[in-house]
Amino acid sequence: MATTVGVIFSSINEEDIPELTKVRSTGSVPYGGRYRLVDFALSNMVNSGITTVGMITKNNYQSLMDHLGSGKYWDLARKEGGLILLPPYSDETETLYKNRLEALKGATAFLKKAKEDFVVLADSDAVYKLDYSKVIEAHIKNNADITMVYHEHEIQKSHYYLTFETDSNDKITDIQINPTFGGVKKNYINVMVARTSFLLRLIQDAIQHGYTSFGKDILSPGVKTYNLYAYKFDGYYANINSLNSYFKANMDLLNKKVRQEIFGDRDVYTKVNDSAPAKFADTAIVKNSLVSDGCIIEGTVENCVLFRGVKIGKGAVVKNCILMTDNIVGENCNLSYVVSDKNSVIRDNRVLAGCEVQPYFINKGTLL
Amino acid sequence: MLRKKECVAMLLAGGQGSRLYALTSNIAKPAVSFGAKYRIIDFPLSNCINSGIDTVGVLTQYQPLVLNEYVGNGQPWDLDRTFGGVHILSPYEAKKDTSWYKGTANAIYQNIRFMKMYDPEYVLILSGDHIYKMDYDKMLAAHKESKADCTIACMKVPMKEASRFGILNTNPDGTIYEFEEKPKQPKSDLASMGIYIFTASKLFKYLEADEADPNSDKDFGKNILPAMLNAGEKMYSYRFEGYWKDVGTISSLWEANMDLLGVIPNFELSDRDRVIHSRSPLAPPAFVEGEVVNSIVATGGEIEGKVVNSVIGTNCVIEKGAEVIDSVLMGNITVKAGAKINYSIIDEEVTVGEKAVIGAEKEEALKVESKTSGITVLGRGITVSKNGKVPAGEIVDKNV
Repeated sequence: MATTVGVIFSSINEEDIPELTKVRSTGSVPYGGRYRLVDFALSNMVNSGITTVGMITKNNYQSLMDHLGSGKYWDLARKEGGLILLPPYSDETETLYKNRLEALKGATAFLKKAKEDFVVLADSDAVYKLDYSKVIEAHIKNNADITMVYHEHEIQKSHYYLTFETDSNDKITDIQINPTFGGVKKNYINVMVARTSFLLRLIQDAIQHGYTSFGKDILSPGVKTYNLYAYKFDGYYANINSLNSYFKANMDLLNKKVRQEIFGDRDVYTKVNDSAPAKFADTAIVKNSLVSDGCIIEGTVENCVLFRGVKIGKGAVVKNCILMTDNIVGENCNLSYVVSDKNSVIRDNRVLAGCEVQPYFINKGTLL
Repeated sequence: MLRKKECVAMLLAGGQGSRLYALTSNIAKPAVSFGAKYRIIDFPLSNCINSGIDTVGVLTQYQPLVLNEYVGNGQPWDLDRTFGGVHILSPYEAKKDTSWYKGTANAIYQNIRFMKMYDPEYVLILSGDHIYKMDYDKMLAAHKESKADCTIACMKVPMKEASRFGILNTNPDGTIYEFEEKPKQPKSDLASMGIYIFTASKLFKYLEADEADPNSDKDFGKNILPAMLNAGEKMYSYRFEGYWKDVGTISSLWEANMDLLGVIPNFELSDRDRVIHSRSPLAPPAFVEGEVVNSIVATGGEIEGKVVNSVIGTNCVIEKGAEVIDSVLMGNITVKAGAKINYSIIDEEVTVGEKAVIGAEKEEALKVESKTSGITVLGRGITVSKNGKVPAGEIVDKNV
């Protein structure tokens, strides 16, 4: 098998979900009861046989570091390779990176040191399960310079996206940045494969020419000069680019098919926390919900994702909510369409409601 | 640089646990699942790390595969250390004297060299079949304070059960004047919990003497403790007050599992100061669609049926129309649609077919004469076919 090194952008697109990234980087946004968004890209890498992963961080990466630790939960605490944090690098000529290309510049030392032939770049703002080694196989078969993974779906509002067109052999014939026409498109999901040496050359070239955008300055003109190939991913894909899509992607897990695709077959690795098993009291009524370890439920819960250690008081009715770690919902509360960040306390008898397209958001550590 | 550990723990995990019948046919008792996500050995190992003891020898002998795999390098308990940590100690071949562990004292004797590597002042002896949370550090402080040679943890038990235990007869100052192993006519209700702290030099001395005695059973309760007492060594009792349960029988294992239920349970696992660590599986949170009442459910479950007064282990699937009542499901169990499970303990990897009936309602089952007090037991890995039936109190280790 071709040897491969992984690079994950853990802080990319933070401005899309300011509510959740105020206190953390995109990669450490909690998801699905016990996970962080970065777990999906990172587990995909591990499950694809990648044992060296560089994690590009920017700011607010304390919670990310706390989550990743030495990488042992991903089997990435290694003497050779393993998980390597790449904190932002700046000197008299460089400032904190502002875009993907500048972020990659900061990773050149890591990439130069890597002995692996290929590199996979991935973002950490999406939930999906993809075997990157399949992408590399296609990459080799096509004799491509760069292979870009896409997912076909209708364009959603996002601050930056890239779509492309291909010929019948999956060769990319045109790249569009922020296209104005809607409809179903081949959306680049920011997963890219290249030879490590080729990527390093691209970065070097970009530095020399003062390029600033990976998409605009390298990929888009590259259609003519390089062999750019597309790889279609047709599994479940949820890009978290708004509070709304965050809400929907969590609720998707209540669908058995999605759950089986994401969690079945191969594990999604995450930091392990030894909470006691979830406890259901005499008075508990729970329907269509995910309930994590450490929860104590005395009230009614319907269509919810409950993270670790959530407590639902007697008489409380909680519907269509995402309650993150250690939320405490008092007695006789009535909550619907609420997304509550970690460690919040909702006092007895409170009534809180958002709606499906605009969930009511509660900041981390709020006492309501 | 010379390094040492003040206290080394030795965990006796080699016993067969024959009174758990089918539950221990392929695994050692300390590896038996407990409380939905734990194994019994999590309790002494977590107690060690929570008490600041980071060097633990785990003595295995009977069916150690699952146990060895589970303990691994000790990482789940923070016991993966460069100096110290957890070590599996199985019987080994020596130049002369190759032998299995012949008794609890002989097992520790055979590992004197392991203990001496850490040059400990004290040795803590533990057993691997008890469910409890205890701060061994407090017991060690008491041992040092009293300048004892041996301190034995004990607790009050009902007088009528006292003859099942090693009983300590003590003076008002806590010193022990007599130790009786399972006495027919107990003089006190202070039962030994099988937790001993020895001053290391004394322990080594008595182990060596006991080993040389051909008539000895090589047992702590029967030989070492009485020998020390007879020789006039200072032996103290240490009173423990809190939850402690020997889960050596089917009914005590069932009871201990049930003690976890309720918002204020008999045995609390959710206090965050003394976490019970375990090799937590990687499953997603439990999906609950059915009716789950007064129960605990571990991760990975897909619960669409009815669960009442039960403990549901990791990755259990309970299909629509299935019922699980007053039961303990260990892990990776599938209960198909319409099946009914009552007053049972189901071991890992079991499949219960559609409309199968396992056990009987608790009130009925309790009337059944059986060695499990009416609890039905399904052994590891078996399959009960569609419409299959297992009567109350039966122990089954083959497909039905």
